[in-house]
Amino acid sequence: MAQETKQDAHGAHGAAHDGAIGHALSPALLIGIWLGLMVFTGLTVFMSQQGLGPQASFIVAMVIATIKAGLVMSVFMHLWWDKRMNLFVFLGSFLFVMLFIGMLLTDKSEYKPDIDRKTADDLAKSTAP
Amino acid sequence: MTDTTADSVTGHGHGDHGDAAHAHNPFLAHHFDTPLQQFEAGKFGIWLFLVTEILFFSGLFCAYTVYRTLDPDVFEWGHYFLDTKLGALNTSVLIFSSLTAAWAVRNAQLSQHRALCVNIVLTLLCAATFMCVKYEEYSHKFHAGLLPGKHFQPNEDVWEQPAYWKKNGPPPDGLLDDPPKKEAIEKADKIITRGHPYRFQPPPNAARFFGIYFCMTGLHGIHVLAGMIIWIWMLTKAARKQFGPTYYGPVDYAALYWHLVDLIWIYLFPLLYLID
Amino acid sequence: MASTTTTADVAVPANKGADDNYLTHDKGIASWLLTLDHKRISVMYFICVISAFALGGTFALLIRTELLTPGRTIVDADTYNQLFTLHGAVMVFLVIIPGIPAAIGNFVLPLHLGAKDVAFPKLNLMSWYMWVAGACFMLTSLIVSAADTGWTFYTPYSTTTLTAVIPALTGAFILGFSSIFTGLNFIVTIHKMRAPGLTWFRLPLFVWGLYSTAIMQVLATPVLGITLLMLIVERAFGIGIFDPALGGDPVLFQHFFWFYSHPAVYIMIVPAFGVISEIIPVFSRKRLFGYSFIALSSVAIAILSFLVWGHHMFVSGQSVLAGSIFSAITFLIAIPTAIKVLNWISTMYKGAIHLDTPMLYALMFLWVFTIGGVTGLFLSTMATDVHLTDTYFVVAHFHYVMMGGAITAFFGGVHYWWPKIFGRMYNEKTGQLGSVLVFIGLNLTFFPQFIMGSRGMPRRYYNYIPEFQPFHVASSIGAYILGFGFLITTVSLIKTLFKKADAPMNPWGSNTLEWTISSPPPYYNFDKVPHVTEGPYEYEDWEYNEKIGGYERKSLKAGT
Repeated sequence: MAQETKQDAHGAHGAAHDGAIGHALSPALLIGIWLGLMVFTGLTVFMSQQGLGPQASFIVAMVIATIKAGLVMSVFMHLWWDKRMNLFVFLGSFLFVMLFIGMLLTDKSEYKPDIDRKTADDLAKSTAP
Repeated sequence: MTDTTADSVTGHGHGDHGDAAHAHNPFLAHHFDTPLQQFEAGKFGIWLFLVTEILFFSGLFCAYTVYRTLDPDVFEWGHYFLDTKLGALNTSVLIFSSLTAAWAVRNAQLSQHRALCVNIVLTLLCAATFMCVKYEEYSHKFHAGLLPGKHFQPNEDVWEQPAYWKKNGPPPDGLLDDPPKKEAIEKADKIITRGHPYRFQPPPNAARFFGIYFCMTGLHGIHVLAGMIIWIWMLTKAARKQFGPTYYGPVDYAALYWHLVDLIWIYLFPLLYLID
Repeated sequence: MASTTTTADVAVPANKGADDNYLTHDKGIASWLLTLDHKRISVMYFICVISAFALGGTFALLIRTELLTPGRTIVDADTYNQLFTLHGAVMVFLVIIPGIPAAIGNFVLPLHLGAKDVAFPKLNLMSWYMWVAGACFMLTSLIVSAADTGWTFYTPYSTTTLTAVIPALTGAFILGFSSIFTGLNFIVTIHKMRAPGLTWFRLPLFVWGLYSTAIMQVLATPVLGITLLMLIVERAFGIGIFDPALGGDPVLFQHFFWFYSHPAVYIMIVPAFGVISEIIPVFSRKRLFGYSFIALSSVAIAILSFLVWGHHMFVSGQSVLAGSIFSAITFLIAIPTAIKVLNWISTMYKGAIHLDTPMLYALMFLWVFTIGGVTGLFLSTMATDVHLTDTYFVVAHFHYVMMGGAITAFFGGVHYWWPKIFGRMYNEKTGQLGSVLVFIGLNLTFFPQFIMGSRGMPRRYYNYIPEFQPFHVASSIGAYILGFGFLITTVSLIKTLFKKADAPMNPWGSNTLEWTISSPPPYYNFDKVPHVTEGPYEYEDWEYNEKIGGYERKSLKAGT
């Protein structure tokens, strides 16, 4: 969409001597990542129809989604060239999400048998003569 | 703590430099010394905001994980009523809008004002398309009574969902009559597709799937709308040619937010639509 | 501003604050409501928080009056439920969580960093407006038919009760975002806007406290947001995520709620730790003992706070496995807190103690917070918690740490920074009297609650057996004394605003940056960007001068 200018040649982030901040992504890179994302989208739809079974298809879908997410984060969101702190902060938040989900899953799977037993008991009582 | 001897003359030097930068650049706020400091502060700020958005959505992802892991039947039954084609279309639309958003940042950095406006408009159009497809999907669910919680009243229309036939084959003759023929029902109950009877009756708590579906896609949709408002605001600034190599932060931050909206959908799509 | 200076020029900098400062800089209501000056925003927050404290405190006095006798005293049972719900919601969301960070931190943080403002002044103003909006929603709930679910909004009662729960939830949701944006602002400010020479380990500990708090605000509050949002949707549309009648799980709600609300209590107390870390060295004229330990323990508390939320749910249906994990980690989190208390006391050892009002509050904090903290250990042990949970023991525990900890530190900080913020010295006699009344009132109100809680008096109960009445009466008398103490303190502080602004630049001899500019500060904060060469708790260079009623630098006096 536009010619590459001298700005891109500077490359490095931080202020260049003419005051420019950061660096601009090249059109080739942008379109390349976009095509990659479309390919992986097609791949994930295709894989979901292969009948791999619930466990495997879930894992495959999550792996592909994470690859797509990685492409968006590292290139479109510029994290590959950014200060490490931004990456650290963003990925760090996922640790807390895992903690949250992990703990809840652990707890719920521990007390679920009690709930199931009660539900079964109630059902038996309500259908008893 | 303050050293007010000759060293602070260096402080003056900073002040001088800052004053000069302020004079040049009308978009440099008074409390920042240089455009670079302002840009980096803004970047760090928007990343922190994205962290809060991740934690915000995490509650819904957690509810999803907990309920799906411990009650997979509900999700298996429910996802039949989501149209994978429309979901894939929405995914593609959002991915393309991520491309136009990232390109818009490039345009802003290189002072390519017209291209910037074009890319922002394209991003807005993609967002609008996404919302229209979403509306289409939601109205199907409303018609079929596939609503959460106490509003869950699937009518016989659900057996007419083309998505259901595609996965399970066409219904036996007479099943879609009003009232359905007895032989057709018996026949349907004998057919086992993908491990379940054809007329896979809603399992207990089936409404839960739709509760989670509407909450997650609904909240995501609200974020798409908010993103559209932000892009319209950016468009007004871009039209006034405000952006350039030393000031393009707002476009960059808007694009980062938009990429997050895309990221969330990248996960929502397989989690809701592509359940095996 | 761009001129060179010599040592002689800046000897004993004049306190020009009385004539030209941020308060007098611009006139008119619009200059306040549309201000981007962090100092003015802080003052607006202060007015709001104190007003909300008065409202929450009024609810508390009504509760305590009702509990003077078993059965009905002044209100019926339903109204009583509404009273304790609103007392809790107002105090937690409108007073203590914003309290120190918004009403004091907004003013002091940029000054501690040598900066001109916070990183995002417009966002700062928006945070204040969100506080106001959240408060309006809370008041709406109060007026329409106040929520009666308890401030914890447990399902399924909160999804089925007929009172106006949704306005209260909406108010809390908006207040959550106010908190998030303040935290975000502070993190970026601390990272990006420190003055030259101000390394991380030269920062005042108040800054470390605000930083740790901000981390918790940014990570935990969004989870509250989604929880409240889901509760609103569940109540309005019956989607069935938390309500068991619709196939939902009420324990799930509690997990979601406490994932935020446990870090929230640390959001309440860690800034208070920061204030105490500022006051004690200054009024002991001695460098703070164990700086790195206090700094890093704040960060440790911030992180550990995310791992203990289940200790609010030992008897809620949570599994024993989860309960054991949470119990063990809760014991761990007592350690960084104890390290702080040890370091504060060590700071005072062999120091020259000055018993001004801020120091009285700090000493009160040490005593009262330690009691509150230690009683937390009884509650984190699952075996004893089974007996103590949902009794007055819990109520006493959290009031000792929140009232005796956070509020005490808040008032200590208010007195400490009052001369800087408003340029007027408060009345020392009333300040001391107020603090003594607060101390007596606090202990008299809440200590009997430990006793009756351990004897089985349940919390949130309107009625009780006559055996508990003496404790309730003692507690209520304490509450009146406490209220009176706060009342005379606040009235006395407000009266000073009608005096001339004649406070010295540095009445306490503190070494942090805010005391090197006039009282009140000019709207631009610093004449020159400060260049920092030493830590924040070095006092050798400061000497008291009778004539100005404050301290001045020995190294700057002409002829030295």
